[in-house]
Amino acid sequence: MARFVRWYGSGPLHLLVLIASFAITGYALVRLFAVRPLEVAIWFVGAAILHDLILLPLYSLADLSAQAVLRHRAPRMPQPPWINYLRVPTFLAGVLLLVWFPLIFDLSIPYPGAARLPEGVYLGRWLAITAVLFAASALAFALKLRRVHRATRATKERPAPGHDAAP
Amino acid sequence: MDSGGRPPAPGSDGPQRPSSEKGHAQGRLERVRAAAAALATKGTAGIRALVRRVEQTPPPPGPFRPGFWRSPIRGPWLTSVFGLVLLVGIPILFVTGALSYAAYNPGLGTLNDQTPDKGLLGFYLFDWPTHPYWLYRLTQGVHVTLGVVLVPVVLAKLWSVIPKLFEWPPARSAAQALERLSLLALVGGVVFEFVTGILNIQLYYVFPGSFYTLHFYGAWVFIAAFVVHASLKLRRMTRALRSRNLLTEMRTGLDDTQPEPPDPDGLVALGPAAPTTTRRGALAMVGGGSLLLLVVTAGQSIGGRLRGTALLAPHNRDPGSGPNGFQINKTAAAVGINPAHVGPDWRLEIHGPGPMLVLTRAQLLAMPQHAAALPIACVEGWSTPDQRWNGLRLADLAALAGIPDAGSVLVESVQPPGPYSSVVLRGNQIHDPRSLLALRVNGADLSLDHGYPARVIVPANPGVNNTKWVHRLTFRT
Repeated sequence: MARFVRWYGSGPLHLLVLIASFAITGYALVRLFAVRPLEVAIWFVGAAILHDLILLPLYSLADLSAQAVLRHRAPRMPQPPWINYLRVPTFLAGVLLLVWFPLIFDLSIPYPGAARLPEGVYLGRWLAITAVLFAASALAFALKLRRVHRATRATKERPAPGHDAAP
Repeated sequence: MDSGGRPPAPGSDGPQRPSSEKGHAQGRLERVRAAAAALATKGTAGIRALVRRVEQTPPPPGPFRPGFWRSPIRGPWLTSVFGLVLLVGIPILFVTGALSYAAYNPGLGTLNDQTPDKGLLGFYLFDWPTHPYWLYRLTQGVHVTLGVVLVPVVLAKLWSVIPKLFEWPPARSAAQALERLSLLALVGGVVFEFVTGILNIQLYYVFPGSFYTLHFYGAWVFIAAFVVHASLKLRRMTRALRSRNLLTEMRTGLDDTQPEPPDPDGLVALGPAAPTTTRRGALAMVGGGSLLLLVVTAGQSIGGRLRGTALLAPHNRDPGSGPNGFQINKTAAAVGINPAHVGPDWRLEIHGPGPMLVLTRAQLLAMPQHAAALPIACVEGWSTPDQRWNGLRLADLAALAGIPDAGSVLVESVQPPGPYSSVVLRGNQIHDPRSLLALRVNGADLSLDHGYPARVIVPANPGVNNTKWVHRLTFRT
């Protein structure tokens, strides 16, 4: 057993479970690839690549760039951490787009004929939701800014009490 | 791993020899054993050397370097929270998906079965019931809505483990290499299933082949990898979940957000950046994404006043008003119904063991009518509230055909041949008193888009199997 573990890198149960899983995978893959195997394989592996090597790097890069670009603006006033006020509405509007993009961009040809519903409404709706999300975030940020500025003014005034005391 | 180790497993030495030859055979056996052991040692040594050489090569620059990933909140605890949500959610998706597969009654023959080569993958099939009548509406509404709602969680889970993709060396052992191969099926599978499902509910048929086949076999590839992954990681997940208190995390602000202690999996950043969000913030953002998707989607499965809240879902508006103003799956124009086939010349043919019956719509209306309040529930996840249907009981029509205890009925539409232009229903579906050949709905004649002159409506039946524009019923034992 110890020898097996040394040779294999894990216990025999690990190997048994994986082989059982690969057998089921193989059984289903043969059927999945029965028609147009190359295209299905491209879709299957492409799905992992599309996410791991394209979507994730892109959104990570966007997030880092947003922080980098805006960090170098010399703040005249003390700034509260702001990235989340941009990140959250972008993420929310982004997942809506990611899930519903075929309808938003009118890509589905059979849809209007099949459901007897006009397709053109989705882009406007998504934009409206996006506007509401960013407006709400802007409002939340404005309130936060006001709180921060009030707090700073209060600390600035404290060192010199009585200086500008009312007559 | 020195030579001359333990004897090989019994049975690997070939057939047992009679005892007279024992001594001689023993000697030969020893020699074979020694040779095999030497060979194995040499082979393993070679692999060892290779692994050592790969291990000693410095990782390529970029994401393969341990310092590349800098998120201070990435770590086993956060991964395990997302993992736990998926550990509950994915089995629900799989079970409701399998139920939907069973609901099509693929066991009733080639007409219903789009995956005739399913083999063992249909082992669980059972006779789809008609009780409760809202069963398919519930299971498929849950399947589609939950799938949409879990998208942010899947994205977050994948984000949380991305450093593992760039692990260096790519595999330290055979076990790890196999496990990573299984992860390809897991990640490829989860994205493939979500993408095909989400595209299909929007009728965006760009995937290579029949949705039914791809989504079904893809689900098996994915679930095989999912079960392995869940069972191999379960203990690590529970340990990670116990390592931090959720309530404490929910009270921890940005200033107190610290990376988790270094983990053997290398999820925790070695050189963490200053935190820009808390774990609470990350969970709230992902949960908020799920909640938002739920709000803009669920209404299409609930119907009524809430339908309008499904702002981005495909069936979020009523296609018309009045008795026939409810959701349509395929319009008559979309499937190419020839108006001449549903005009005054339309006849219903009823086949059975006896002579064929041919009936006009007026004759059907003159027969005893029955009522049933049933929904339309589509595989795409949307559904309608109960509609009040009027028409003839399928059971009565079976009796008329001379086979009151019919075991199945072939329902054929006037629509041009294609998927779902005809279907086979099972005996339990024929004999439910709410199963109708409907002529009217909500007090009016069926509209052409809802199947005029006559359509089938069966409790708990997937919408597409409630055949519209019916012109022939063939009852069989």
